[in-house]
Amino acid sequence: MSPTFRGGIHPPESKKVTEDCEFSNLSIPSKCFIPLQQHTGAPARPVVNIGDIVTEGQLIGASEGPVSANVHSSIPGKVVAIDTVPTVYHLQRAVVIEMEGSLSASASVRDKEDWRGMSREEIIQRIRDAGIVGLGGAAFPTAVKLVPPPDKKIDTLIINGAECEPYLTVDDVLVRTFPAEIVEGIQITLKALGIANAIVGIEDNKGRALRVLSGAVKGAAIEERIQVRGLKTKYPQGAEKQLIYSLLRRKVPSRGLPMDVGVVVQNVGTIYAIREAVAFKKPLFERYITVSGDLINRPGNYKIRLGMTVADIVEECGGLKGEPEKIIFGGPMCGVTVHTMDMPVVKGTSGILFLSKKQVSVEDFGPCIKCGRCVKACPVNLMPCDIASAVEVGRLDLAEGLSVFDCIMCGSCSYVCPSRRPLSHFVRLSQDRLRKKKK
Amino acid sequence: MAEKESALLMKLSSAPHIRTGDSVTVIMWTVVAALMPAAVYSVYLNGLRALIVMAAAVAAAMAAEAGSQYLLKRKLSFHDGSAAITGLLVAMNVPPDAPVWMVVAGSLFAIIIVKQLFGGLGFNIFNPALAARAFMMASWPVHMTTGWHRFSQLNSLSGSLTNVFGLPPEVFDAMTQATPLTLVREGPRILHDFGLGAEALHRVLFSPEMLKSLFIGNVGGVIGETSALLLLVGGLILLVRRVITWHIPVSFIGTVAAVYFIYYTATGFEQAGAATLFQVLSGGLFLGAFFMATDMVTSPVTGAGMLIFGAGCGLVTFVIRTWGGYPEGVSYSILIMNALVPLIDRYVKPKVFGT
Repeated sequence: MSPTFRGGIHPPESKKVTEDCEFSNLSIPSKCFIPLQQHTGAPARPVVNIGDIVTEGQLIGASEGPVSANVHSSIPGKVVAIDTVPTVYHLQRAVVIEMEGSLSASASVRDKEDWRGMSREEIIQRIRDAGIVGLGGAAFPTAVKLVPPPDKKIDTLIINGAECEPYLTVDDVLVRTFPAEIVEGIQITLKALGIANAIVGIEDNKGRALRVLSGAVKGAAIEERIQVRGLKTKYPQGAEKQLIYSLLRRKVPSRGLPMDVGVVVQNVGTIYAIREAVAFKKPLFERYITVSGDLINRPGNYKIRLGMTVADIVEECGGLKGEPEKIIFGGPMCGVTVHTMDMPVVKGTSGILFLSKKQVSVEDFGPCIKCGRCVKACPVNLMPCDIASAVEVGRLDLAEGLSVFDCIMCGSCSYVCPSRRPLSHFVRLSQDRLRKKKK
Repeated sequence: MAEKESALLMKLSSAPHIRTGDSVTVIMWTVVAALMPAAVYSVYLNGLRALIVMAAAVAAAMAAEAGSQYLLKRKLSFHDGSAAITGLLVAMNVPPDAPVWMVVAGSLFAIIIVKQLFGGLGFNIFNPALAARAFMMASWPVHMTTGWHRFSQLNSLSGSLTNVFGLPPEVFDAMTQATPLTLVREGPRILHDFGLGAEALHRVLFSPEMLKSLFIGNVGGVIGETSALLLLVGGLILLVRRVITWHIPVSFIGTVAAVYFIYYTATGFEQAGAATLFQVLSGGLFLGAFFMATDMVTSPVTGAGMLIFGAGCGLVTFVIRTWGGYPEGVSYSILIMNALVPLIDRYVKPKVFGT
């Protein structure tokens, strides 16, 4: 039995559509909308002006404050505007760049540098300079995560390759395509943390990725201790607290962080980006994403430039088969719906789904029948049914007593609810209102 | 351009964007389907009469649901299966000879008073069908406790009793017009009046043949309780389809078995094992444990809460059957425990991860 956690759900995987799609590059868009905040924390400060000519990978937004990240231009060209645009993080200031000139400065052709000779500080500085953030979706600045406060002793690096969200296959394909690079990225990250233990967790429905990566770890003949472990295929296996529990049987304390139990978690995509940033000095201006759903003509896994809009992606992927009921950034469980095709892809975008009415839930919700399925599904042992009923009648005090702030927003409760009650939405609502009340 | 842009505005919604296929309607009709083996067998056993009683109760329940939802200006959901279950269970809780008007009254009481006036689906405190049974029991006790023995030639019990005792016809009638549970309570007293001991009765009641009859379903009882086997089949359907969990049936039936075994052993009864099995297979225990105590709305939401609830049902059933005023205590035990559900849910909460 593969290790796992209590609770969770088994949604249809829907990964067949793209799991055999090798990476291919989408054409470079002629116009990019690059938001200055694509990460958790403070927005970056623009360091270019309208009319400036920028090169590919040039710094256009500088990190502001302790938790923030640099932002770089994804295409060479001219800054035509610094404007407010819709993004998945609400409205954001973005640098709008129109393509001009050539792509010769592409960072991938740069010579590889020997990272083993670098100091920890040097490695972390390169990660910070490159604007690396968590690419699994949370987009927390990676350099900040790699420097925990001195009282937190880190002993294990966990690499999250669970990819438990339906439809998404980008991490799976990444591991299968670049196993040696992932192993090297893990080594670099271990060095940055000054530790020697790493565990890669991958759900056992991705047998090929597990085999390929295990092979690469064995072949590398390395001093570090890197384990590759299969995890039970169950949503939300890739949620940080559940992943740590599955692999190490350590429980991150209520409202605590992985570092409280000596762990740093990085997504496989982030590990890949860390290697490029450290060994090639390449800033984060492109990433791999899954484009899927029943309405896109050419679903697949693509390398795209950050700031490319949904409309451009749709065009590159052969257009849509019909009007989507929902366009989702991320997976169908945790992802965010977007209202316009002008939405740009950001660092935290792991996939874009174009789903018809048949594929998404659009039903009205009914009363709670107290079946307890949400309680059984909740991986953090909350009682979503009671929270929702309390919020419905405006009893925020009751909701708070039901530990709403321990919710990890996985959506399992809403998924299983036979009355189609938007339980996780009610939880989110109570968190929002309680935060506002406290201010 | 502006027109084209507005045409591209998509629907926004809060995650998650996909849902499981099991809706309330699917769940409810699955329960109806799981009751079918026992219901169909009951028609075979008791004749068309049972079918008419069940059909009338279901129709009345669904009509009452539609009518009250219309009058209360609620969303019409009479076809979601929950009213059908209530109607079916009302019918399955009365003797096959029960008058049709009585089950119609029972269904109306269940839906209008117990369910809709408390707020409709999800808000009722008591299991509507069981509350209706209590209502019928209080209003028409004779109709509720007679008229169930209609197949004496099929019944090993009556055969055994005549052969063993050679009783006069009126005693025979008094004893065989009862359910096995009535017999185990009242039998010794009746026999005593005729100068006979209870041992012979116990030998018959706790014999392997009798237990087999109880299990397969060849004894008197209400429409739904005749065959423990077919109720078990229905219960397994619910378990496999994950409509219910094991907690309530296992703790309910397990508690009845455990408490009776202790009771029979402690009172020095010779056939403690067989007598315990008799108690487990008799009456409405399987119907109650798989189909009525498991009613989601009126049972606790957590596994631990369900175990407590089931154990409470089992204990109260034992107390009523042994010392109470009725031969059978399953339905009252569930009603009593229904009242305690809010309390159980309040105190039995899972421990939050990381606390």
